Amino acid sequence: MKPLAHRLWTTLLVFGSLAAAAILLGPLAGSTSISLRNVFDRSIPFAENVDAQIFFVARLPRTLAGAMVGAMLASAGVVFQGLLRNPLATPFTLGVSAGAALGAMLAITFGGSLAWLGVPLAPLASFIGSLAAVAVVYFLASARNRGLSTNVLLLAGVTMNAFFSALILFVQYFADFAETFRILRWLMGDLDISSYQPLLTALPLVIVSFAIFAWLARPLNLLSLGADAAESRGIDVTRAQRAAFLSASLATGAAVSVGGPVGFIGIIVPHLIRLLVGADHRLVLPASALFGAAFLIACDVLARTIMSPLELPVGVITALIGGPFFLWLLVRRT
Amino acid sequence: MLQAVDVTFGYDDAVVVRDVSLDVADDGFVGIIGPNGSGKTTLLRLLAGTRTPVQGRVTLDGVPLASLHRAAIARRMSVVPQETHLAFEYSALEVVLMGRYPHLGAFAVEGPADLAIAREALGSTGTRELEHRPFSTLSGGEKQRVIIAAALAQISGHGPGAPTFLLLDEPTAALDLKYQLGVASLLRSLHRAPGLSVIVSTHDLNFAASLCRTLVMLKHGRVIAAGPVDEVLTSSRIRELYEVDAEVARHPRTGHLTVTPIGDGDRA
Repeated sequence: MKPLAHRLWTTLLVFGSLAAAAILLGPLAGSTSISLRNVFDRSIPFAENVDAQIFFVARLPRTLAGAMVGAMLASAGVVFQGLLRNPLATPFTLGVSAGAALGAMLAITFGGSLAWLGVPLAPLASFIGSLAAVAVVYFLASARNRGLSTNVLLLAGVTMNAFFSALILFVQYFADFAETFRILRWLMGDLDISSYQPLLTALPLVIVSFAIFAWLARPLNLLSLGADAAESRGIDVTRAQRAAFLSASLATGAAVSVGGPVGFIGIIVPHLIRLLVGADHRLVLPASALFGAAFLIACDVLARTIMSPLELPVGVITALIGGPFFLWLLVRRT
Repeated sequence: MLQAVDVTFGYDDAVVVRDVSLDVADDGFVGIIGPNGSGKTTLLRLLAGTRTPVQGRVTLDGVPLASLHRAAIARRMSVVPQETHLAFEYSALEVVLMGRYPHLGAFAVEGPADLAIAREALGSTGTRELEHRPFSTLSGGEKQRVIIAAALAQISGHGPGAPTFLLLDEPTAALDLKYQLGVASLLRSLHRAPGLSVIVSTHDLNFAASLCRTLVMLKHGRVIAAGPVDEVLTSSRIRELYEVDAEVARHPRTGHLTVTPIGDGDRA
C-alpha cells in the first residue's frame, strides 16, 4: 500500500480532473449546439460571442449548481454513514433532505415579508429544516448508543419523509397556482437555475461545511470502530458527533436550497467511491465530493437531453438509477 | 501507577460499580474476575477514562484522569474491547494505524515512523502477514490479535520512563480453546516489555490464574477480595462469588492454580 499522502494526491488528481471535465463539457449539451473553441476564443468580444454567452450566462450556472449540489449531497452521505456506522444512511433516506425542503418551502412561500432583513432566507431556512430532522436522528442514535440498526434507520427515515411530505403539501396549499408548478419541479430535485445568485447565497454554508468535513475525516475513521473504542483512542466522541451532525446538516441545507431534495446521490456516490479508494474517510470524502459533482452534472445532462426539448428534473434521473441501486445494496446486506 | 480510589458509577439509577479501590503497579498484571454483570467492563472503562466516575477518582501517576486531555490518556493507556465490528472495509494495517490517532495533529497524516510502529505491532502479535487483508474477513482470533496490535501501536513510541497500560475486556470470551491459549501466551510475552502493565477482565478463573500476578474479585460491583493470586483464589471465595463448590489446586505440569467446579452430580 502506498503512503496515504501519495494516495490522496492521486485521488484528488483523478477525481478533480473528472469534475473539471464535467464542468467544462456539461454546458455544451443542450438544444443549441455550441463549440468549446468558440467559447474560449478571445478574438471575439463577449458581447458578440453567442457561444460564450450561452456557455457562461445560460448554462454554466446550472452546471455549477449541479457540481455544488452533487458534491454536498455526496459528502453529507459519507458523513452520515460514518457517523451512524451504517452504509445505508443518507440525507435522503434519513428524511433530512425532506426537512430541508420543508424549511426552504416555508421561506419561499411566506418569506416575502421577511426579505427586508436582508438575510438569504432560503438556505438558512433549509439549514434549519435539516437541523430539525437531524435532531430527531441524533436523539434516536443516542438513545441506542450502539449505533443505528438498519431497521430503525430505514423506519425512522420513512416516518420522517412521510411527516415532512405531509407538511410540505400543507404549505403548498397556500402557494398560488403558478408557483405550485415551479415548486413541484423543485421538490423533485431540479437544477433549473439561470443566475449565479443562488450559488453565491449558498456559498458560505458550503465553505463552512467543507472546512468541518476536512477536520472530521480522521475522527470518522475511528468512529467506525464504535463510540467506546474511538473514545479510548483519544477522540472526543461527543464533539466529533456534533460536528458531524452540524456539518452534514449545513451541507444538506445548502444543497437543497439550490437544487431541491435530489435523491440517492448520497448513497450511490460514496458506495462506488469506497469500492475504488477503500474505506479511509480522508480519501472517501474528497473523492465523493468531486465524483458527486461530476455525477450530478452527468445526470443533469441526461435529464436535459433524453426527452429534448423537454427538460426533466434531474431528481427523476437520480431516482431511476438510485432506487434499484439502493434495493440491490439492501438485498446484498441481508 | 494507575489507581482507582473509592470509585462509584451507575447507569440510570442502577449502581454498577460501588466504592472500588484498586492499584495497578507499573509492570503489573492484574485480573479483574467476577460473574457476568458484576461490573468488570464498567470498571475497565472507568480505569481507561472513557467513563467518568460519579464518586471517587481514577489517577494516572497521581494525576486525576478527569484533568488530563483525552489524547494524553490514550497515549498511555489503550483498551481492547470484547469484540470489534467495523462499519466499513478497512484493511488490518489501516485498523492498526488508527491506533496512532492520539500521536498526530488534527490534519496530520501517518508518517514512516507511524507505519514502522504499526508493522512492529502487527509483528509482535503474529499478524504481520495479514496487513493487507480486509478486517472483516479475519477469523475471531485474528481480529483479536489485530486489535491488540492497534492497542500496542497506540501506546508505543514514548520516551523511556513513561509506563503504559493495556486493558483487555474478556479477551477470550469469543475464542476457541486453541486461540485462548494463544492469547494467554501473547499477553505473557507482551508483558515482558518494560513498563507495560496488563489488566484483563475475565470470567474464566483458570485463564486469570494462569496469567495474572494479582486478582481483583468483583461481586455486584464491589471488591470482595484483592491481592496475589494465591490469596484471592480460594474455595471459600469462589463459593462466595459464584455460589458453587470448587476445588483449587496447583497443576503439576503448569504450576498454575486451577479451579475445578464440583456440581451435585459430580461427586464420585
